[in-house]
Amino acid sequence: MSDQSWPLWEVFIRTRNGLAHRHVGSVHAVDATMALHAARDTYTRRGEGLSVWVVPSASITASDPADKDMMFEPTASKIYRHPTFYEIPDEVGHM
Amino acid sequence: MYTQALNTQDSAPVAKSDPQADSRFQARVDAEEKIEPNDAMPEAYRRTLTRQIAQHAHSEIVGMLPEGNWITRAPSLKRKAALLAKVQDEGGHGAYLYAAAETLGTSREQMEEQLLSGAAKYSSIFNYPTLTWADIGIVGWLVDGAAIMNQIPLCRCSYGPYARAMVRVCKEESFHQRQGYEIMIALCKGTPAQKQMAQEALNRWWWPVLMMFGPPDKDSLHTESAMRWKIKRFTNDELRQKFVDATVPQGHFLGLTFPDPALKFDTTTQHWNYGEIDWAEFKRVVAGDGPCNRQRMKQMRAKHTDNAWVREAANAYANKRRQRAAAMPIAAE
Amino acid sequence: MTDTPLLQYTLRLADTALVLGHRLSEWVGHSPVIEEDLAFGNMGLDLIGQARSLYSYAGEIEGKGRDEDALAYLRDAPEYRNILLVEQPNGDFAATMVRQLLYAAFAHPYFEALARSKDATLAAIAAKAVKEMAYHLRHSAEWSIRLGDGTEESHQRTQASLDELWPYTAETFETDQVERALIEAGVAIDPASLRATWDKTLDHVLSEATLERPHDGYMQSGGRIGHHSEHLGHILSELQFLQRAYPGATW
Repeated sequence: MSDQSWPLWEVFIRTRNGLAHRHVGSVHAVDATMALHAARDTYTRRGEGLSVWVVPSASITASDPADKDMMFEPTASKIYRHPTFYEIPDEVGHM
Repeated sequence: MYTQALNTQDSAPVAKSDPQADSRFQARVDAEEKIEPNDAMPEAYRRTLTRQIAQHAHSEIVGMLPEGNWITRAPSLKRKAALLAKVQDEGGHGAYLYAAAETLGTSREQMEEQLLSGAAKYSSIFNYPTLTWADIGIVGWLVDGAAIMNQIPLCRCSYGPYARAMVRVCKEESFHQRQGYEIMIALCKGTPAQKQMAQEALNRWWWPVLMMFGPPDKDSLHTESAMRWKIKRFTNDELRQKFVDATVPQGHFLGLTFPDPALKFDTTTQHWNYGEIDWAEFKRVVAGDGPCNRQRMKQMRAKHTDNAWVREAANAYANKRRQRAAAMPIAAE
Repeated sequence: MTDTPLLQYTLRLADTALVLGHRLSEWVGHSPVIEEDLAFGNMGLDLIGQARSLYSYAGEIEGKGRDEDALAYLRDAPEYRNILLVEQPNGDFAATMVRQLLYAAFAHPYFEALARSKDATLAAIAAKAVKEMAYHLRHSAEWSIRLGDGTEESHQRTQASLDELWPYTAETFETDQVERALIEAGVAIDPASLRATWDKTLDHVLSEATLERPHDGYMQSGGRIGHHSEHLGHILSELQFLQRAYPGATW
């Protein structure tokens, strides 16, 4: 049974020019060509797509949620990166 | 639709839980934070969700059979195209849902195996036969109508991939119910024989559709934890009432009679009261003795077994190609 | 019987598209993997869509008030004008894919040429269909290669399907009285002019698939004058059941 299973691919679709490809789900396929066809047939039945990417799910390296604090917390305190940190008199107008 | 899984007993041994981690998890859920695939989650949450999403996916796939039964016999080219597109959508929904369940660590093949072995269930409604064209109208109007009632709150489910899949499903599903109701309108405005066909279908499907929402709250095993985890937002009875309230006027508009003498509008509660549901029938159908359980499982097994050679061949071809590609640079040297 | 050549020609195209679309729709829910259910659905919908446009046009040409459904649902098998290839049973997955390949390898260049027809309606229908058939060709070719060059079993099944369907491949290239005048008028396409393209596509796919091109023996024909295989009657008995059982009803 398991020797029959087809690898998983993640599907990304660009719905309009000017937009980034966005993750929409996954398909099962033995190779990239089949994965592209499957992605087209599964995720663009209503004209949602202009471009499709498929990536073997196994090729994605994801950050570990356990590392979330180390990875993403430190930026929370760097409020000076945000424009609202700086006070500009109203008279100056929009900046 | 297919939250009936939440009502079945989980017989697997209870995994050890870490009270501290569990309360951190619950706090996130309470704060309406979405849980994502690799996040820490209680084992029971993972299991409940996997079971529910898998059952939901199985229901979409098995559900293709009763409706697919009429694709080749649809009475006009417009109806044929619409039905084909709809049944195809159900397959798509099954695919989205399997993908969502796979993020919890169970492969589609494992889930399919559980379905074929009988370990996993699908919605009881698909164990009823589609006998006439009116059944296709009814399935769209009532079965999909019931499904939508259930699926809209699932778009806010605590588990991100499930919620996102449901958003997609709900968006696509909106044509399904209208498609079914339009079939019913055509039948009810048609010849006496067509009208009779519509009435007869409603008579057969009404009670099984009400059973789709699962047992009454007082007998439901998992409602409490599923609500606490925000997998489920409304109880079975709440959703059933919502469905009855929405559907009865639609049926009356068609000039159809519901096969329930107790059906009556309560002016104080502003709800439609309905009669006693035959839960013995529900239990019987879930246990395997519905009109079509054996037939559906036989069809699912046949599809799996008869096509095993295709899946093997595709794998074999992909392997050969990889080997050839790997051998190429050596040959070039 | 007094149908004009343009009407007969349009019905031939329409019937072929409908019958093949009907065949593909039989797979939905029964495919080897869900992804292929969706692919069959898409291809079936393409073909049924082509048929609907063509029937509507045929109804217009005829001018007797018959719409797409009257033409699809109320003509009996001898009045159907599809080629024999498309009414052949689905068989296994290999047989369906090979049938699709044999047809799409023809239909794709055919619609490409028909898109330049002097008949504006046919040209417009063909222009849409050519994109659809390009995908059918790609999809069926890839599967034929995969199955042909897959396992021993899949190879045998695919070769057997190819051998069985081969006698139905010559009919597509035939022309008769009906079409000749239309070809000269620049309305219809001379299918014989596409033979080399079809051969090239087929030879390429078959060689990739390690399949052997069957020998051209006796070739079956007759669909376009209403002489069908037994299969068409069964297709129509399902397709037309409700319209026949409830005459005059609106659905």
